[in-house]
Amino acid sequence: MSENSSNKNEWPLWEVFTQPKSGKPHQHAGSVHAVDAEMALQNARDVYARRNEGVNIWVVESKHITSSTPEDMGPFFDPANDKPYRHPQFYSVPRAVKKRS
Amino acid sequence: MSIPTKELTEKQAFITYLLRLADDRLILGQRLSEWCGHAPELEEDLAMANIALDTIGHATALYKYVAEVENEGHDEDHYAFFRNDRDFTNLQLCELPKGDFGFTIARQFLFSSFSYFLYEQLKEAADEQFRGMINKHLKEIKYHLRHTREWVLRLGDGTEESHDRIQQSFDDLWMYTGEMFYMDEVDEIMIKNGNGADLSLFRDEWKKLVEDTLNEATLTVPDWDQFMMTGSRNGVHTEYLGHLLAQMQFMRRSYPDAEWK
Repeated sequence: MSENSSNKNEWPLWEVFTQPKSGKPHQHAGSVHAVDAEMALQNARDVYARRNEGVNIWVVESKHITSSTPEDMGPFFDPANDKPYRHPQFYSVPRAVKKRS
Repeated sequence: MSIPTKELTEKQAFITYLLRLADDRLILGQRLSEWCGHAPELEEDLAMANIALDTIGHATALYKYVAEVENEGHDEDHYAFFRNDRDFTNLQLCELPKGDFGFTIARQFLFSSFSYFLYEQLKEAADEQFRGMINKHLKEIKYHLRHTREWVLRLGDGTEESHDRIQQSFDDLWMYTGEMFYMDEVDEIMIKNGNGADLSLFRDEWKKLVEDTLNEATLTVPDWDQFMMTGSRNGVHTEYLGHLLAQMQFMRRSYPDAEWK
């Protein structure tokens, strides 16, 4: 991504993932510019973790993320539409279990 | 503000000690805040403003405690806005103009590393409220040290220009590092009653951290034995403090009764 950037002086872009609580999955928070991983981590801390948002941060340079394209949407996601049996929603959940989640 | 020896009570020593700590942090925070909107990158702008707010926050907590100990009906604003330059006891290091980005980083690194060792000493202080404050602020200071140390490495070991400029900054700042370790009877009383730090205990450790960092950053460590400035702990300052105070205090002094609504 950074190589294609129109401004060659711009610092590389990093994606930031914060973990809201220990045991929870990391969630995408946004992105920051930084010259190295340590700076990305510190910038992420200052931008995305200053109001108690998390207990852990991941940063990864944006160029290392492989993303599906809009054209992939059909073949990737449409086939799931008519397969309701993939959703376990036909089972009744015992109340005790419901309460816990 | 020189205090006659025979009249220096424990209470006065405590107040003076807290004010010295607080003044360092307020004045440095004010200087750092000048970067707000002017730092080289948006992310760094936020980082600088964060550190400035942290240090001003540390000062506020300390001033509040001074007000409580002194018990003369003042609030924290009194100490920040209604004292004159000779009453301030901050290190001259903290009041120097912000300079270029390298200068600010070099200064902040020297100060944050000093603060780190100082607070590590103070975190076992006898006074409960003081100890609580120190332990809370120490976490933020550790982050300031980490942030500025990384920048010293990047700038020192970066381009030829960044190397030369931060080297120049350390050279210029060096004569202001001596008085960090100044101690007088205020410190003696505080050490005796379990609330003060013996600065000589960590001087070598601090020097080693600075030297190791500068070496790693391919910078030359200036001469420790060169001429060092003195006097700030007794209210003697550079010409820069008055201008800083004028800017910081004029609003409060123009409208002393104004309130946040």
